[in-house]
Amino acid sequence: MTASISPPSIAPVDDQPRTLNAPVSRGDRIYRFVTVGGALISLVVMALIAVFLFREAWPALSKAGGSFFTTFEWRPDDDPAIYGIGSMLFGTVVIALIALVVAVPISIGTALFINEYTPLRFRAAFVTMVDLLAAIPSLIFGLWGLAFLQPRLDGPARWLSEWLDFIPIFKTKVPIFGSSLFVSGLVLALMIIPIITAIARAVMAEVPRVYCEAALALGGTRSGMIREVVLPFAKGGLIGASMLGLGRALGETIAVALLLSNDFRIPDNVLSPGGASIAGTIALKFGEASTNGRSALVAAGLVLFIVTLLVNIVARGVVTRTKEPAGAKK
Amino acid sequence: MTVGLRPRRPNRIRPSDAIRSFGVLGVSLVLTFALFLVTPLDGPLGFVVLGFALFISLQYAVVRQIMDRKHAADHIATIVVYASAVLTAMPLVFIVGTVVAKGIPGLSLNFFTKTLEGVDPSAGPKTGGALHAITGTLTQVGFAVIVTVPFGILTAVYLTEIKGRFTGIVRLLVDAMSGIPSIVAGLFVYAIWVVGPGGGFSGLAAALSLSILMLPTVARTSEEMLKLVDPSLREASLALGSPQWRTVWQVVLPTARAGIVTAVILGVARVAGETAPLLMTAFGNDRVVNPGAALHEPQSALPLFIFQQLAQDQRERAWTGALVLIGLVLILFVIARIVSRNAKTTR
Repeated sequence: MTASISPPSIAPVDDQPRTLNAPVSRGDRIYRFVTVGGALISLVVMALIAVFLFREAWPALSKAGGSFFTTFEWRPDDDPAIYGIGSMLFGTVVIALIALVVAVPISIGTALFINEYTPLRFRAAFVTMVDLLAAIPSLIFGLWGLAFLQPRLDGPARWLSEWLDFIPIFKTKVPIFGSSLFVSGLVLALMIIPIITAIARAVMAEVPRVYCEAALALGGTRSGMIREVVLPFAKGGLIGASMLGLGRALGETIAVALLLSNDFRIPDNVLSPGGASIAGTIALKFGEASTNGRSALVAAGLVLFIVTLLVNIVARGVVTRTKEPAGAKK
Repeated sequence: MTVGLRPRRPNRIRPSDAIRSFGVLGVSLVLTFALFLVTPLDGPLGFVVLGFALFISLQYAVVRQIMDRKHAADHIATIVVYASAVLTAMPLVFIVGTVVAKGIPGLSLNFFTKTLEGVDPSAGPKTGGALHAITGTLTQVGFAVIVTVPFGILTAVYLTEIKGRFTGIVRLLVDAMSGIPSIVAGLFVYAIWVVGPGGGFSGLAAALSLSILMLPTVARTSEEMLKLVDPSLREASLALGSPQWRTVWQVVLPTARAGIVTAVILGVARVAGETAPLLMTAFGNDRVVNPGAALHEPQSALPLFIFQQLAQDQRERAWTGALVLIGLVLILFVIARIVSRNAKTTR
């Protein structure tokens, strides 16, 4: 403002803030040192996890070599030890995909409900409810899935196998349902809904309000405004939110361990008992495993660690970029 | 005249809309019921799905009579959004309801005062109790808090107060840490502590694995709380000549005290129910292990107790354990809310 008052002929006074070179006291040096050290704990822990998992996994990994990824059996403690994470990797990915397919639309719907549809005074209550769902331990989800949800999914599974059997994943030879990839995937979906909802909500709240209001002022309906303004703006962040849900679903342990039958053949459909997941197998087999078995389980954990780490880092990057657009469009 | 000047709310639900929608809902429910009577359809889920489909189609048909396609589609979108919110809320109700219904019958004073030491596993759910598991959870969570809180607060202080050159990488790593599967945290502590210097399964090992899972929650929530501290407080303190450490220690942290307490409670709620890492760290025990002994002895914990009772097909005990666990988590959650709400009003 002052710049417009000063006459144009005079070169503008250097209005850069001057740098202060106050000496840093000894107390502050200690404070900075301690704080940096404390903050780097995350770096130290992550590095140690990679190193120590690798160290424990190495005996089993070196023994199995490349077959660790291609073998579809898990007998690391037998005499000709045959083991690999092929079937577990398959089961883990299928369960996570089922969970995503179910959870993403519901989560985005819930996030829209909280952001755009709820009256302001009820909004906090719904946010609390979603947080509460996130706070329920996964063991309880598993227990509930086992006792409550699984028996009630018998009918729907039967229906899917009778009417949609032209889709290969629903085609069952023997009509036995439960302990399946389908049930586990559904319970995981319930567990990741709060995570995806919370991030989707945060991302969609960043959409510039003026654009939303402009859409409404032009005579658009609320759903039209959401479809044409909110969703395109938040698209990247919604993908990131879904990926964070995927990362959680890939690593979920105890609920899957309780629900899945945990056998190491590849099931030909998602409704019958069958399938295994990496995390679930580690939890179930760890107690009974001996030396090579434990090493092999740690190796499986190492694979899980690397996969979830990559998914999470990419997802966080996407979310951050959407939330803080480089061009500052506001 | 003044009535015309009041702003019109575009998305207000008009009484006529509400009456029409409820009418359509009632008609579609009656129709579904009739369909279920005359055809061999059955099952509660089928009823809900068919009723919902009928409701959507009827609503569209009715609204289309009086509005253009765009507004009719808007009505349908509203129903879908409400339905997804209901789908999110339902599991919470069903889970809490199921746990309460199945957990109450096994609940007795014994559950809090006795252990499973020397108890025949098949002797009814009311013999023996979970004292060893409850004390185990308290011990492990207590150790985890002692380990995590200093690091969590230092990380938050670094991210908000120092903002040095590691800010980006620290934030990225803390976020990445929050995505570590709990079983991997357990395997890590097994590899670095249980088979190494720890000399076997112990309550301390369990606490270490819980700390790894707790740190991101404590650090990021504290960071958000420190960001809320009014910058003018910091500036006032620095302008009075106090060094940075004194500003943080005597101005910033005390101002954010309630927020930091909230962060710690949320971290505790996050890990109190973790089961997977305990399988390979705490391992389980049938008797009470005092905190000193937990440094090197296997210990039980509430989630572990539930999991092991389930494995032995002792469902009643497992459900009662689940009730106590969910109660503990929900109480912590409510306390965290109350503390953070008070923080906002007193600041």
